Amino acid sequence: MTDDPIPLSGLTHYTYCPRRFALVHIEGEWAENVYTKRGQQQHQRVHGGGTEERDGVITLRSLPLVSREHGLAGVADVVEILADGTPRPVEYKSSKAPKTHKLGKFAEEVQLCAQSLCLEEMFTTSIPAGFIYHAGSHRRREVSFTPDLRAAVLVARDGVRDLLRDRVLPPPAADDRCRLCSLFDECEPFAPRAFPPGYDPFSTTLEDR
Amino acid sequence: MRQLLNTLYVQTQGSYLHLDTDNIRVDVERQRKAMIPLHHVEGIVVFGNVLLSPYLIHRLARDHKPVTWLTEFGRFMARTETPVSGNVLLRTAQHAAACDPDRTLAVARFVAAGKLQNQKTTLMRAAREVQDSDPDLLRQAARDINAQIGVLPLTGTVDEVRGVEGAAARTYWEVFPLMIRANRDFFWLTERTRRPARDPINSLLNFVYTILANDCASAAQSVGLDPQVGFLHALRPGRASLALDLMEELRPATADRAILTLINRQQLTPRDFQQHEGGAVTITEDARRTILAHLTERRKEEVTHPLTARKTPLGLIPHVQARLMAQHLRGDRSHYPPYLHR
Ligand code: SF4
Repeated sequence: MTDDPIPLSGLTHYTYCPRRFALVHIEGEWAENVYTKRGQQQHQRVHGGGTEERDGVITLRSLPLVSREHGLAGVADVVEILADGTPRPVEYKSSKAPKTHKLGKFAEEVQLCAQSLCLEEMFTTSIPAGFIYHAGSHRRREVSFTPDLRAAVLVARDGVRDLLRDRVLPPPAADDRCRLCSLFDECEPFAPRAFPPGYDPFSTTLEDR
Repeated sequence: MRQLLNTLYVQTQGSYLHLDTDNIRVDVERQRKAMIPLHHVEGIVVFGNVLLSPYLIHRLARDHKPVTWLTEFGRFMARTETPVSGNVLLRTAQHAAACDPDRTLAVARFVAAGKLQNQKTTLMRAAREVQDSDPDLLRQAARDINAQIGVLPLTGTVDEVRGVEGAAARTYWEVFPLMIRANRDFFWLTERTRRPARDPINSLLNFVYTILANDCASAAQSVGLDPQVGFLHALRPGRASLALDLMEELRPATADRAILTLINRQQLTPRDFQQHEGGAVTITEDARRTILAHLTERRKEEVTHPLTARKTPLGLIPHVQARLMAQHLRGDRSHYPPYLHR
């Protein structure tokens, strides 16, 4: 594989909405709303780096990840090394678990699974499951890495690679996921692409009210 | 939604602006004259001899708030380029479109159409308002411009579009003085000329257009477009052609309207002008202050954008249009939709 590795964070955006990925990673748009702001603060806390050991579990923070086989790279928030030496990725999210959009939830799982693919290669082991920690509700949820989820990671990776190559902005999703999207204003998913009725720059009607 | 913030205009000669925690502090002769919280300010425009501390310039650049330097009389000199204004892919698309005659023609037609529609609307609106002058002449001018709009889709080159736009402009400026209702013997307009202005109306137009062009250039820059590469306006070194394109449709609706309102309300009177040897006419500092205050007020006025159907402050229209232009250039929207003022 000669291409540059695909950034793990891109997979999340892409899975949620390919256009969102393109706006952030290709167009360089970045709008801050309450979701991303909170997320950043959270990340600053987690991304302090370093190692810590408790009850036989070693916690690694900000661990660089790479998979040559799958062409992926990124940084894991937290990786726990269990007593038997196997790694478990833990992704920190500022959101509350139940409030996340269904696709958003899936996007998180894709990202976590992608981290595992890297860890499996780096540690030559197999990882059955990982955790997503929702700071909003102080809950951990377990995500098992099913064959379907693993396949979804590679589908997203290919999609990201195509977009980075073709650089064509995908059309808006224009559905309920947009209401939770911080790029709503930049994207304008519901603004008509064609001219709406009554809007005609070449109109020659003369209104005299 | 992008927030509408104020542009800070500073024209007191000898002012010194510097950063004071999160405020812009304005000193005149070592006396503190104003403290403006940074988060209220979208950008700074300074006239003539006004100093800014390097720390303030750095901070503004980091916050993506442009600084613009004008001469004392409002002529554009320089603007900061902030780190955000570098969407290289968008710029590549913009340059490719500008090199493609068909795409350039298409954008130029829509830009001109927006301007002519808004001229037509301005004339028709004035025709309903004037009493003592001739509304029929204004209506006739609107009909003539309408005929030019009808020709626009048939144009085959950008030069032809410019021809149509020029013909409409002559019609428009011929009747422009008819829209003035106060001090009519003082406010006259021979023809639309650039610097130096030789009559009061031209001196006002030059000033207001510079302010508006600057708004448009900043808007273009902040969505990542290159303000210098336009479509209706020919590329020329040092000319912000795209900003001028974006401005065309806004001239009648915002700038011309502002001047008419201020004259008709007698907020601008003959006392506000200075006649110089050799025929040049300039505006006094007080009058410039009046104009800037009026423009700042008008920026807050909400209009319904005819394309997005969203209520938008007039001051954000340049941003909305710059974004629509960017969407068109990146292939996300098949046409550039101009802003049609109602
Ligand atoms: S607003 Fe909707 S279409 Fe646009 S990037 Fe966000 S999710 Fe995608």
